[in-house]
Amino acid sequence: MKNALAISAVIFTIGFVTIPVVWSDDDYYWRGMDEYRHRSTGVDTVSSTAYREECGSCHMAYSPGLLPSSSWMKLMSGLDDHFGDNAELDAETGKSITGLLMTYSADRSDYRRARKFNSSIQHNDAPIRISQTPYFMHEHDEIPDRMVTGNPDVKSFSHCNACHIRAEQGSFNEHDIRIPGYGQWDD
Amino acid sequence: MKTYYLIFVVLTSTPVNSVLAENTVIDTLLQLYASQGAAAADAEQGQFLWQKSYQANGEFVERRCASCHTEKLTAPGKHIKTSKLIEPMAPSVNPQRLTDQKKIEKWFKRNCKWTMGRECTAQEKADLLLYINK
Repeated sequence: MKNALAISAVIFTIGFVTIPVVWSDDDYYWRGMDEYRHRSTGVDTVSSTAYREECGSCHMAYSPGLLPSSSWMKLMSGLDDHFGDNAELDAETGKSITGLLMTYSADRSDYRRARKFNSSIQHNDAPIRISQTPYFMHEHDEIPDRMVTGNPDVKSFSHCNACHIRAEQGSFNEHDIRIPGYGQWDD
Repeated sequence: MKTYYLIFVVLTSTPVNSVLAENTVIDTLLQLYASQGAAAADAEQGQFLWQKSYQANGEFVERRCASCHTEKLTAPGKHIKTSKLIEPMAPSVNPQRLTDQKKIEKWFKRNCKWTMGRECTAQEKADLLLYINK
């Protein structure tokens, strides 16, 4: 009887500890634990209208957490030839956008995925294509070309939101992937 | 009766206001371009410019306004590289167009440089503005 009680107590305790981890959104569970206090999944999104307008007119407004500050600095200094397009900003707007990029960049972000982008990049490296960062390439290396570059509804790895249905909300979670013509992706 | 009156006011006032605001911005810009040496704006010349092709080095050799905006000002366009939707240019179907002076100047600068390889002259901007607004 005593044994049975002890076993029940152990099972109960294990359940009590693990259920929140399995069931709850992990952000919620970790919140309140000191070392993870500010750490959320995904990447931060910038709610600024100026950011959405200036960085989201021609393409998805990529989150600053997808590249480190050194990369954003490099990108912002070459807006007259922005991957072949002209994306020049007036000095004042350029300054405020750069400010936002610096504040939320991968090396300054507390978001877990942003940290992963940052730690994959060598310190003296400043890639300006998100799709050429080691973390990005590692995460996409199993995806066949026919699903992306050969897929008329995707065309390029730059079109995050073609498959990551919540990319614009900062989530690149596996459960939020729907590849056009192929459906969900299981890693 | 009061409700009908309110509905009437709401329905009529918004378009009137936006048309007024839009005209002010266009007038201001046309005056600015005139002060920079432009003669009277010509919508036909604007249309000619809109449809004209320019040669460029780089990914897209032949460039036109229609490369992204399509021929029809009232139709939505698509960014030539990213395929992102571009709302129609004509204020008649997209009342937000041509209502923000800073925005107009920003896009003239960027898109003239990409399409023509240089900034547009005051005359070209005046002509295009009038054509888009028509």
